[in-house]
Amino acid sequence: MSSFWSAWIIVLTLPVLIGCFILLRWNLTNYVGVAEDETTGHIVDGLEEINNPLPKWWTYMFYATLIWSVFYLAAYPGLGNWPGFLNWTSSNQGIKNLAESRAAVEQAKADGKYVQLDVENQTAEEIYGPVFQQFAQRDVLDLAYDPAALKIGQRLYLQNCAVCHGSDARGQRGYPNLTDDDWLYGGTTDKIKETLLYGRRAAMPGWQAALGDQGIKEMTAYVLSLSGRAVNDKDATAGKAKFGMCAACHGADGKGSVAHNLPFGAPNLTDNIWLYGGSAGAIEQTLINGRYGVMPAFQDTLGKDKVHIITAYVYRLSNPEDKR
Amino acid sequence: MSKNHHEKIEKSVGLLGIFTVIAISFGTLVQITPLMFMDETKQPIDGMKPYTALQMEGRDVFIREGCTNCHSQMIRPFRAEVERYGHYSVAGESVWEHPFLWGSKRTGPDLARVGQRYSDDWHYAHLMDPRSVVPQSNMPGYPWLDSNILDGKYTTRKLEIFRGFGVPYTDEDIAGAVDAVKGKTEMEALIAYLQSLGTALK
Repeated sequence: MSSFWSAWIIVLTLPVLIGCFILLRWNLTNYVGVAEDETTGHIVDGLEEINNPLPKWWTYMFYATLIWSVFYLAAYPGLGNWPGFLNWTSSNQGIKNLAESRAAVEQAKADGKYVQLDVENQTAEEIYGPVFQQFAQRDVLDLAYDPAALKIGQRLYLQNCAVCHGSDARGQRGYPNLTDDDWLYGGTTDKIKETLLYGRRAAMPGWQAALGDQGIKEMTAYVLSLSGRAVNDKDATAGKAKFGMCAACHGADGKGSVAHNLPFGAPNLTDNIWLYGGSAGAIEQTLINGRYGVMPAFQDTLGKDKVHIITAYVYRLSNPEDKR
Repeated sequence: MSKNHHEKIEKSVGLLGIFTVIAISFGTLVQITPLMFMDETKQPIDGMKPYTALQMEGRDVFIREGCTNCHSQMIRPFRAEVERYGHYSVAGESVWEHPFLWGSKRTGPDLARVGQRYSDDWHYAHLMDPRSVVPQSNMPGYPWLDSNILDGKYTTRKLEIFRGFGVPYTDEDIAGAVDAVKGKTEMEALIAYLQSLGTALK
């Protein structure tokens, strides 16, 4: 705050306090010339006006608030740029980016300021930091069979992941089931962690322009045939001839990215697990419009230590047996 | 009796009104006036972008549907909030908000940093029928947004008015405003708006 506005606030605030005090004293002065509880002599319609000064309890409360406000303005930041003798503030102000925010925390600490939020965070870090650190040093596979880690993992999962993958982790249309053995980007602990930290952006393009209506119909038939469904053989054969365009991501055999060690997240088309539905209609829609599934990144929101524990929880969902 | 000047105020409503206004104006002068001139409340934070035409229409859908009745857009500097929603809201994020939509009621979660937190598909499913993705949700569905098509009738005007408030829209932004929203659904606009929230400080 510039010194002008700082002075503005001080010059307006302090006289108001003094003004309140003078106003109160003024109102307490007996101008009517009769003692308390005596009649002033005014009678209107049989109602008599009695000299009733401001109640004592109310007056004392007024004085108390005045004294409190003087203490408050001295102790806390309120009077312009005066920081208050307690050096307290609720949070760091005037932040323009995250780097400045982090720097402000350090600066406040160096200046000996009591920043409420920073102190809350620091206290939490002192209590929970060692707990998370202890888990962070252990292998994910180890945590996956540790009841204490799983309990934390479950809470974190419910708060952050259940909104898409469901509280039972069995997913829903467009959001993968985490309890089965089918993985789009790999189900190893490393791959799960990678997915959680950096997120995933799937890109299945729409093929309407390339295939045309007849081509979509034929490709749908071939894709259905891959998982052993009964289809029109003529269509399926025609679709198979064009499957080369799909093979780049799904593999020539349609078994998906993971089976071919590719990073595209293209699903296995030969099993009976369908992220967007396995009906002919749903597959047609996928082929026509494409699909663009998004898994958000949790690196910044949760941090590495928490992601480490969630990784263990998610891994455990599809690996209930400890096979080590 | 004649020395009692206070009696003049007691017996004149006009005078009482004038003094009341003067008394109240001290609060305004001290608490509000400086904020209109301080850099901290006038300068945007780094990387802030004005709402695109589509986001601006989405913002108006947000206002029209009364989203602020249940969703605030203000993360207070408490650990419980910061852990759940992200960095606390700062003044520089609201400089281009006219009016700001901080709200004060949280039946649903705070939305100040909901941008990029879920996918567009998730928002679509959630706005059509919240129970389809969050079974315990008590939010109403807004399926009509998907069939309401924007005509862009007032989009240019909205951007011009915001430019008048000091939001740095370029002439190209304003010239392209109608084309940017025409034919889009209100649903698309609202999702575009939601996906932009709080992303500058993330």
